[in-house]
Amino acid sequence: MGHSKKKLIQLVDGMPAFPPSVYHILKLTADINCAPKELVRVIDLDPVLTMKLLQLVNSPYFGLSRQIGSIRQAVVFVGINTIKNLALTIAPMEMLSRDNLNTPFLEGLLSHAIAVGVVARHLARRGGVSELESTDFFVAGLLHDFGKIALHRFFPRKHAKALALAAKKGIPLHEAERQILNLDHSQIGAMLADKWQLPPACMASMGQHHRWKNRENFLALDCVYAANIIAKTIGVGDSGNPVTETTLPHEIEQRLGGTLPELIGTLGDLSGEMHKVQLLLHSWNANGTTHPQPPTEPL
Amino acid sequence: MKIKFWGVRGSIATPGASTVRYGGNTTCIEVRSDTNDLIILDAGTGIFPLALTLFPELPLTCHLFITHTHWDHIQGLPFFIPNFIPGNTLKIHGAYDPIARRDIREILTGQLQYCYFPVREAELKARLEYVTLRERQTITAGSATVSNILMNHPVLNFGYRIECNGKSVFFTGDHEQLYNIYEPGDAEYAEYDMFMNQKNQAIVDFIRGVDVLIADTSYTLEDYPAKKGWGHSTFDANIALARQAGVKTIFFTHHEPTRSDDALEQVLQQALARQPRQPEDPQFLLAREGLVYEL
Repeated sequence: MGHSKKKLIQLVDGMPAFPPSVYHILKLTADINCAPKELVRVIDLDPVLTMKLLQLVNSPYFGLSRQIGSIRQAVVFVGINTIKNLALTIAPMEMLSRDNLNTPFLEGLLSHAIAVGVVARHLARRGGVSELESTDFFVAGLLHDFGKIALHRFFPRKHAKALALAAKKGIPLHEAERQILNLDHSQIGAMLADKWQLPPACMASMGQHHRWKNRENFLALDCVYAANIIAKTIGVGDSGNPVTETTLPHEIEQRLGGTLPELIGTLGDLSGEMHKVQLLLHSWNANGTTHPQPPTEPL
Repeated sequence: MKIKFWGVRGSIATPGASTVRYGGNTTCIEVRSDTNDLIILDAGTGIFPLALTLFPELPLTCHLFITHTHWDHIQGLPFFIPNFIPGNTLKIHGAYDPIARRDIREILTGQLQYCYFPVREAELKARLEYVTLRERQTITAGSATVSNILMNHPVLNFGYRIECNGKSVFFTGDHEQLYNIYEPGDAEYAEYDMFMNQKNQAIVDFIRGVDVLIADTSYTLEDYPAKKGWGHSTFDANIALARQAGVKTIFFTHHEPTRSDDALEQVLQQALARQPRQPEDPQFLLAREGLVYEL
């Protein structure tokens, strides 16, 4: 990174804070008996989430005959369960949708991220991880490529060049990024995860998802590593990386209990789950609730 | 106006000796206007025996109102035989699903996917019209009108009020009496209470004065604590609701699937014994499969 490291840290410092409500909501809603008032308290603390929930509750989707002005009022009028499910569906996407996702690359990347999140959660459940813990795997998968969003936003022209180079030469995107930008998305991803103080497994997924040697030992990292390859193999979304591995490292096969084709065979139909997440993000972005920021090139 | 119960069981169909008097089919109520327009509330398994009685009227137009799309309220719809016969029209009304972002057509055609049912929607011979309702939208169904209000259940659930010629009936669909999610010592308690009172008042005002109230009464006071938040009411809450709204008759329905006929009569008697009779009290009746009531 050379002389630009300082600038890079400044840029990372300028990124929006990760909403802590996201984790709280995922944890709370994994428990079917979670106290409604706890859920309302967490939502209340996050003005952006509150605004989005109220926007949805007041939208024609609900068709309510009166205007709803607060989360507590929404709970009374549409029920705690509906608010809970609405919050559960939108909370993990908070981070992605708060960003500007309106370029074709980011659209494809978003589908890829959702697929990796959904598949990582599936692999975790299959491996006996509890429902409560499996949401961490979903978030780890959803955010694993967040470094690409940061690079794409900070250095749109150079990152476009890296994407073109990877496509032209058929090399992994992170290699192309290093050639053009002198750093790759997993490096900046790790810095962001550190800044946001994400849980260690999530940080490892953002920083080490292309590595399977000399890396930290987390089941979430194994799941995200495999889910990344599975998502590319089954052709959901576009990560911008033209290279798709055809096998999994033996250690990961052992830990996840299957080869790549075997794991793909266990997926069943996840398309509904992915579609739902995607629809939600699109409707949000269409609502104009995103917060685009101007690019910051050149480094 | 005339109503007939075709399914009064909640959650899941319960055929068998212990439910033979009140019936095991899930929710379906036939309502006839004074000009014999056919209005059906919910399409649980009870809609199948209803469909078998309709042949003499074909071709017909049927106004179906779905309170919400949980299985026990839609499961009989694929077996609504007029759908397979040309010349019939089925007008289906229901709420949007804001969680999965699907309108009533998308939700119900999902039920006709090939893995669930051999006949696809496109292969049905009747004319199907779907109306995704907004709250308090009024629909004309022949000589009757049907309006709705959002109730309290884990999915959007409309309660429907049907009026014809000065007579009226209200069906709650599935509904749980509102409760405060805060403790009396919490700072938010009073505000939540105020919102609850507003919503309760809106529901009572909407139901006020109907000739017949048909209410989800799944639980007893003893059942309720373990099932709070599941979206169903108790006998005691509905007795109170019927009194507040000044209705003339209330039918308790959506009987708990594990409750036998004998137990059902017993729990009603226990609830009534707790609530000494008051002068203007309505009739308190259990909904029973096959029962016809003229307004």
